[in-house]
Amino acid sequence: MLVKILDIVIAGLLMGGIYALIAVGLSLQFGVARVLNIAHGEFIMLGAFITWWFYTRVGINPLVSLAICGPILFTVGFVLYRTLFTRLRTSSPSPAAFEGNSMLACFGLLFIIQNVAILVWGAEMKGYSYLALPVNFGGAIFAANRLTTLGFAIVIGSVFYLFLARTRLGKAIRAAAQDPATAGFMGVNINQVLALCFGFGALMAGFGGTLISMSYNIQPTMGLEYTIIALIVIVLGGLGSIPGSFIGGLVLGLVGSIVTYTEPGLSLVAYYVIFMLLLLVRPTGILGK
Amino acid sequence: MGIATFTTKRSLLSGSMILIILFLLATLPLYARGYTVVLLSSIFMYIIITVSWTIFSGPTGYISLAPAAFFGVGIYTSALLGKAISLPIVICIGALASFCLALLVGALTLRLRGIYFVMFTFGLVELLLHFVLWWEVNITGTTGRVVSTMGNTAVYYIMLIIFVILVITATLIKHSKFGLALQSIGECEEAAAHTGINVTALKTITFAISAFFIGAAGATMATRWTYIDPRIAFNPLISFMPVLMAIFGGMGQLYGPIIGAALLTYLEEFLITRFPYYYMLIFGIIMVVAILYLPNGLVGLIQRWRKGGLKRRHADT
Repeated sequence: MLVKILDIVIAGLLMGGIYALIAVGLSLQFGVARVLNIAHGEFIMLGAFITWWFYTRVGINPLVSLAICGPILFTVGFVLYRTLFTRLRTSSPSPAAFEGNSMLACFGLLFIIQNVAILVWGAEMKGYSYLALPVNFGGAIFAANRLTTLGFAIVIGSVFYLFLARTRLGKAIRAAAQDPATAGFMGVNINQVLALCFGFGALMAGFGGTLISMSYNIQPTMGLEYTIIALIVIVLGGLGSIPGSFIGGLVLGLVGSIVTYTEPGLSLVAYYVIFMLLLLVRPTGILGK
Repeated sequence: MGIATFTTKRSLLSGSMILIILFLLATLPLYARGYTVVLLSSIFMYIIITVSWTIFSGPTGYISLAPAAFFGVGIYTSALLGKAISLPIVICIGALASFCLALLVGALTLRLRGIYFVMFTFGLVELLLHFVLWWEVNITGTTGRVVSTMGNTAVYYIMLIIFVILVITATLIKHSKFGLALQSIGECEEAAAHTGINVTALKTITFAISAFFIGAAGATMATRWTYIDPRIAFNPLISFMPVLMAIFGGMGQLYGPIIGAALLTYLEEFLITRFPYYYMLIFGIIMVVAILYLPNGLVGLIQRWRKGGLKRRHADT
């Protein structure tokens, strides 16, 4: 019995770590840059495929790929914001109009990225085996790659949190999150900061993709599911809150693991039920104001 | 010539134009090839979904991603009842089921503003999809079902009828106090509420009316597909397409979404068999370009061009 509980809890935490990481990215993009990036999952997919491609073709270790995928996706995100979204932001009459327009532009991006990926890599499922060793955890057995994933997710999340809390740029980002206009008056180069945030969001998605590809099969159409999970997590944790995203991710991972144990196949339904109840009862999330 | 006679002449002209087009569409199956009828039914399907979407989301600015849910409810009604009851009644039941679902969802969620509403409606589609999928795997034991079919011409005529009723409804809403109230909600919801508009009730009813037609279209189209499963019925693409088509066509005028839906459906039919992946890619590019450069869609472009033409004429005289 105890082993079973341990089994469920650890499986939930392992899944929750990835959820948290990808949610932090979306939270930055939506909470600060005000772009509800429906294409977030496509950036995750890109990260996963670049890692897979490097590992199977060139033989680069997936953990080294983290250092390659991150910067690539950061650049893509940064450039996208500087070109597409900055233009939309200046041409939209109100912040609410920008939220709507940028989300719709992200739909366009979703179609573009997904279908380019299908053209380049094909629509089939891909996967590779890396660190698939069993690790015994007080009777419960887990693959080493999943534990590595959780470890990296926690490290990346914490480093990013410290960056936001302690550095000058982090302060500028937090100021922009609270009030972009006032932050601009205080000398924050607002276009630059928002673009950086969007880039960091894509960076997190890239890290998430690399880690996901280590233990799960990947496919060009995998993105939407992760986008939805990230959305649920940021609503659960409160929009724009990094610790909230982490707690939300772990909670959702645990819920998923419990539901999968009792009634496999209903875990996604359970996510949506939680999501919709939250939106109705407490749209600001657990840690929201 | 007075302005009054000019406008009556003009409305007479556009009225007779509409009658001629309707006559052509109604007699089309008599002389057109079978494929044209099938193609036009698909075009009507997207036009109905897009115009219904625009009735609610156009004036209010609430972006709904729920059309796939209502469409799927229509499809499932048809699949479950199609064998037992005659089709017109099945279509009405499908439409009413969608209507009721929309009333429920609307009453619950239309308090949510902006992006929360978008997320909720999108979640609804996925919730229904996964629930029905789970239900079929675990309770019924079979995924997917066969739908009793009817002829392509019958589907075409039913879609045409739904389309005509929808256009009349949309026009009536647009030119009534009702439509004005919706417009004011889109401009400023607080101000609208303060002028005495029952904001929540109005939004809910309009949302349900738009769901009614989408459900009817779903129930009709199901008979053409012969086989359906949850992933076909609750395809999120059905939610994205009307948004794309309405933005591409422009939401300022009723004919905007119609043109947008017709053009893009034709493009889809044209590309899907030849380049199945390129077509979604092209749709993505159209979406981004439309949002960046065509804020009012094709309608805005036409109006700007006409205005430019008029100005030049004034300058000449």
